[in-house]
Amino acid sequence: MLVAADAAIVVADLRKCYGAVEAVKGISFAVRAGTTTALLGGNGAGKTTTLSMLLGVLTPTAGSIAVLGCDMLKDRYRVLPRMNFTSPYVDLPRRLTVGENLRVFADLYGVREPKQRIAELAVEFDLTNLLARPYGNLSAGQRTRVSLAKALLNRPEVLLLDEPTASLDPDIGDRMRTYLERYQRDNRCTMLLASHNMGEVERMCDDVIMMREGLVVDQGSPRHLIEQYGRENMEEVFLDVARGGGEESDLGAPTREVAA
Amino acid sequence: MPTALDAGFYPQAGPAASARRVRALIRRHAYLLLKSWPRLVSMAYYPTVTMVLWAFLTIYLKPTTSFLQDAPGFFIGAVLLWDVLFRGQLGVSLTFIEEMYSRNLGNLFVSPLRLYEFIAGQLTLSVLRTLIGVGGACFFAWLLFRYSIFSLGFPLIAYFWLLLAFGWSIGLAVSAMILRWGLGAEELAWAAIFLVAPVSGVYYPIAVLPAWLQSVAWMLPSAHAFEGMRAVLLQGAFPWHHFWAALLLDIGYLIVGAATFRYAINYARVHGKLLQMGE
Repeated sequence: MLVAADAAIVVADLRKCYGAVEAVKGISFAVRAGTTTALLGGNGAGKTTTLSMLLGVLTPTAGSIAVLGCDMLKDRYRVLPRMNFTSPYVDLPRRLTVGENLRVFADLYGVREPKQRIAELAVEFDLTNLLARPYGNLSAGQRTRVSLAKALLNRPEVLLLDEPTASLDPDIGDRMRTYLERYQRDNRCTMLLASHNMGEVERMCDDVIMMREGLVVDQGSPRHLIEQYGRENMEEVFLDVARGGGEESDLGAPTREVAA
Repeated sequence: MPTALDAGFYPQAGPAASARRVRALIRRHAYLLLKSWPRLVSMAYYPTVTMVLWAFLTIYLKPTTSFLQDAPGFFIGAVLLWDVLFRGQLGVSLTFIEEMYSRNLGNLFVSPLRLYEFIAGQLTLSVLRTLIGVGGACFFAWLLFRYSIFSLGFPLIAYFWLLLAFGWSIGLAVSAMILRWGLGAEELAWAAIFLVAPVSGVYYPIAVLPAWLQSVAWMLPSAHAFEGMRAVLLQGAFPWHHFWAALLLDIGYLIVGAATFRYAINYARVHGKLLQMGE
């Protein structure tokens, strides 16, 4: 695998098996530092499994992962303070208020001025009026905003986002994307996001990694992939890849030939 | 570019960083406990009710029972120390279950929090829960029956820590089982400790057990601790051999408990359970 010298995330021959089921089948990719990359694929493609291995909460069956130059399988505690994540698979304690939850994680990440940092994020994510409310009393969209605020407490250099704007209304979703874009630009943060929102991918991502059935089947910039598949947008490219590379599938829809 | 390694953040390695992260865990559970008076009351409720039960039994039996005339605090002391063991174990297990119910394990294990810091937090919270629960019962023992467990003196401190440490090791093993088999195994948190109750000699000497069961009992720190407590109350002597035996056994059980918990965490990492555990 050709690895860019400025890669923030380097994955090589990564495999994950659950018994006889091979969820991730020896994938390799690199994510350039300071860019936003999407990990795309249908349900069961292996995106969340891959993100979990990148975070160190899932042990790979084989392969290697380097984040910011550190081996995640051996030295993850050296790099964990410099990264963060959001995922629909985790939650925050529901009986604690938003402010209390953020304070606990600010302390875990060693934030020197936790009150100031929480106040800043509360303004950015429109949480100021929610800080005293129990997390369990919030709507799904409000919880997503709190999770994003938690993910940015430590000003991460690498941010892994699993469905970051799911359950947000279009207005709030747009504001979150704008904030993440600004954060990424100002901090040269490396973002890897799994999303089913193709508009979000086209807008935010410099690169796209397409997965299907545990394999990386294609990668490139959104514009490059759209041209390569001869499509109008990433939604159509996604359908092509999810349904087997442009061939007509049982699900119907895309029937045009793949351009390359 | 400000990062986690810059001035806006405390150092991430070393004892001070570990202490800070353990404090964060304690803060998380303190928020939960301190805002809920029913939770605080329920922690002291069971130890207090049990203590009252045994205190009245003592009053009833005392006129006809010689050892109660010599040591009227015999049963009350025993039940309070039993609750140290029980609360010590529950403190560890319930702290872990709380994280599972909250689906918060993923957040914690993706943060810089290390496994030994997580365990240190569980043990510290166990001490706090035990002090609240048993402390309440001790207060009512003094208020209602004029019995002060502190009259035991130094041996009380020794037995408190010996029993607490045994409770920790069981709590860690129970947490491991819950992680391995899911919240369906939650009942273990409440029931596991009662497996050792009959062979711990809480209310009777180990000598009353069948010979083969006595051999089992002497492998438990709790049997040595309660046997020692009886010697202090009835003979006024601190049996050091029971102290050392309990201490060595505690060290062994704690190593096994922590190793089991570590194994369960690694198992969860391999099988993808850290992000999926929850109600």
